[in-house]
Amino acid sequence: MSGEKIIKNPEPEARDIKSVKRMKEIMTNYYIEAKTAKDQNKMVAWITSGGPVEPLIAMDVIPVYPENYGAMIGASHMAVQLCEIAEQMGYSRDLCGYARSDIAASATGGGPIPGGLPRPDFLVCCNNICGTVLKWYEVLARYFKVPLFIYDTPFIHTEFSEEAKKYVRQQTLEYTQFLEEQTGKKADYGRLEEVGRLSVQAMRLWQKVLDTCMHKPAPMTAFDAFFHLALIVTLRGKQVVIDYYSELLDELNDRIARGIGMIPNEKYRLLWDNLPVWFKTRWLSNKFASHDAALVASTYTNAWSSTVDLIDENDLAGSLGIASSSIYINVSIDKMLAELGTMIKKYEVDGLVMHSNRSCKPYSLGQYDIQKMVMKEFDIPALIIEADQVDERNFSESQIETRIDAFMETIKSKKR
Amino acid sequence: MKAMEIFYEISRDPYAYARKWKNQTGKKAVGYFCSYTPEELISGTGALPLRIFGTREHITCADSHLQSYCCSLVRGGLEDALTGRLAFLDGTVFPHTCDSIQRLSDIWRLNAGFPFHIDVILPVKLDTESARTYLLDVFHKFRRELEQELGPISDEKLSETIRLYNNIRRLLEEIYLMRSANPAVISGRDVYAVVKSAMVMDRNDLYGALRKTVDALKKESPAADNSKRIVLAGGVCNHPDIYSHLEKAGARVVWDELCTGTRYFEGMADESGDPVAALAQRYADRIVCPAKHCGADKRGRNLVDIVKNHQAQGVIFLILKFCDPHSFDYPYMKEYLDKKNIPSMLLELEEQLPAEGQLATRFESFIEML
Ligand code: SF4
Ligand code: SF4
Ligand code: SF4
Repeated sequence: MSGEKIIKNPEPEARDIKSVKRMKEIMTNYYIEAKTAKDQNKMVAWITSGGPVEPLIAMDVIPVYPENYGAMIGASHMAVQLCEIAEQMGYSRDLCGYARSDIAASATGGGPIPGGLPRPDFLVCCNNICGTVLKWYEVLARYFKVPLFIYDTPFIHTEFSEEAKKYVRQQTLEYTQFLEEQTGKKADYGRLEEVGRLSVQAMRLWQKVLDTCMHKPAPMTAFDAFFHLALIVTLRGKQVVIDYYSELLDELNDRIARGIGMIPNEKYRLLWDNLPVWFKTRWLSNKFASHDAALVASTYTNAWSSTVDLIDENDLAGSLGIASSSIYINVSIDKMLAELGTMIKKYEVDGLVMHSNRSCKPYSLGQYDIQKMVMKEFDIPALIIEADQVDERNFSESQIETRIDAFMETIKSKKR
Repeated sequence: MKAMEIFYEISRDPYAYARKWKNQTGKKAVGYFCSYTPEELISGTGALPLRIFGTREHITCADSHLQSYCCSLVRGGLEDALTGRLAFLDGTVFPHTCDSIQRLSDIWRLNAGFPFHIDVILPVKLDTESARTYLLDVFHKFRRELEQELGPISDEKLSETIRLYNNIRRLLEEIYLMRSANPAVISGRDVYAVVKSAMVMDRNDLYGALRKTVDALKKESPAADNSKRIVLAGGVCNHPDIYSHLEKAGARVVWDELCTGTRYFEGMADESGDPVAALAQRYADRIVCPAKHCGADKRGRNLVDIVKNHQAQGVIFLILKFCDPHSFDYPYMKEYLDKKNIPSMLLELEEQLPAEGQLATRFESFIEML
């Protein structure tokens, strides 16, 4: 950027985000609380990442997210071992790696948390992310012999029908009843509204955090956002999320003020599509950085804030299902394209990197079409890398490296 | 058997049949995926509902739209659409089932260019009041959308269609029951040809042809051989060769739990009252497929019951590679069988069957165990 004074880039250590430490503390405390739920007379519910969690928080149930655990398992390189156990149990290697890892971890107490996740008292499955979770939670329901609530969010191909809206609204009531039965407590609607407000506030803050990357150079990258995402997924509706993201936002704004970018010499800006490759985030991040490229946004991290405007804080029960149904991967590829277009412009990116994720069919099938449409309509290069969110057996480093190098050459020659 | 010829002709080349049918009748043909499509509504407009199975060979176009990790049914269907082999269709219908079909619907809508495209966004659970209400709402909506494309469907016509389908289902069931009573009465290949044609053929003609077949079968009383009794479980079977391989290895299929089988014909729709409500109830009550939820283990218990009711000695799971819903159910269903000491084997189906010798050996060693 021409008018700005070029600040000499600080050393890598100085470029680390300081809030990370606090974030780790919060997550540790959360898992300690969940593991000791019985001692505090609290119930534990396992819930899918896109599920309506606010009613659980309002009823003092501790939500636990097997998908977050799946990410931890992937990042700590424990997925292959767990997936192989699941495969011995008869689960096909072609199934989602989160599901395989978690099913094996449930059966063996494995994974990075000693003894695994705390046992659920009941399960809540929302299929707004995929059909896999439906099958996965059925497995869990049989294994733990606990009740399962399914929150069914009809897919949006061309429209969100009135029929579907009525159906999801009705399910919010059923969900509340289910929670009353499980906890033996009456639902406190005042409390629910309160939690809803905190949740909305957290989503808006999360969006602000992500939006700091509109700035050039971006004060963080999508790889950082993947890490900081854990809070909005697991604890939205709690004050601590708001406090933390406020802190993080201050830090990022301060970096902007001081001209500190995450990538030492940001020249190219990229958008990431699909889940992270959890076991390779550092490698990928360095790889792109070596080309002076920053991944400044991702469709994945955006998914936890993009529907915030659909939530009516004064009518949480009425609007929760509408928002849950409208998230990025519960809509058709033409709707995804429109959202991508908005992001491409907003973050001023030079290219799109699509992770074709063998684990996740609903996120990945259709990417070939999206790739072509993005190149045509937005005139930017788009790269597809074949990989997997956690299963390291589906990652070929040399092949991916060659493809990234070639892609970056295209971007560079285009910008020249 | 003479009555069989027509079924072989149709199942070998369903598209040729449909094209000819269109030429002769001047009516429309509608392609669909999955046995959760309420075909009766399509038939009610006078159009021909035709299940798309897709090619298994020479994929040239679909690969530039689909990654390697999607099932052959989705890939083959798209291939046929993109190469123009389905060009005779007047429209296509996608019921909401699995994640792969969900995305196929988008890709299809954006690339295949049929005159109309309807998504029937079914609920994924069928065991609650509100889900059933929603299912009914969706069927009404589907009817309205079809009517827009194909003209009005009267309630009388729909009720008549329901009766026709019930009669077809009864006859299919009768064939299955006769085979269960004496598996030598009809070959697995024949049954396959019948069921596949049932999803393609003019339904009035189908009824007539089935009637003839059942009457002919009633006259046959071949000596029962001592083949082992097998149940097939899984999704779509598009490999008629499997039956001959099994029979050669000394086993006969006595029942199945396939979409190209019992899941197609089990469960009658109520013939009195509101026809759309009757249809919705049929699809809600029918034994679930793994892409739908109705309790966490209904399919497993049902499979054990099937084995018992038909005195089967073993189960063969046929699952298309990359099929998530079926692959998730397989371990527990196998476990339920194990608990009852019912032997089972898994055959994961890719586009092509394993080499003949290899398949024969696998079947033989399994059947020897029984
Ligand atoms: S990674 Fe994809 S398939 Fe797996 S649980 Fe998440 S959304 Fe579902
Ligand atoms: S398994 Fe289920 S979703 Fe697949 S075709 Fe059969 S009925 Fe349809
Ligand atoms: S075989 Fe499985 S993955 Fe393929 S369309 Fe049917 S249910 Fe879906």
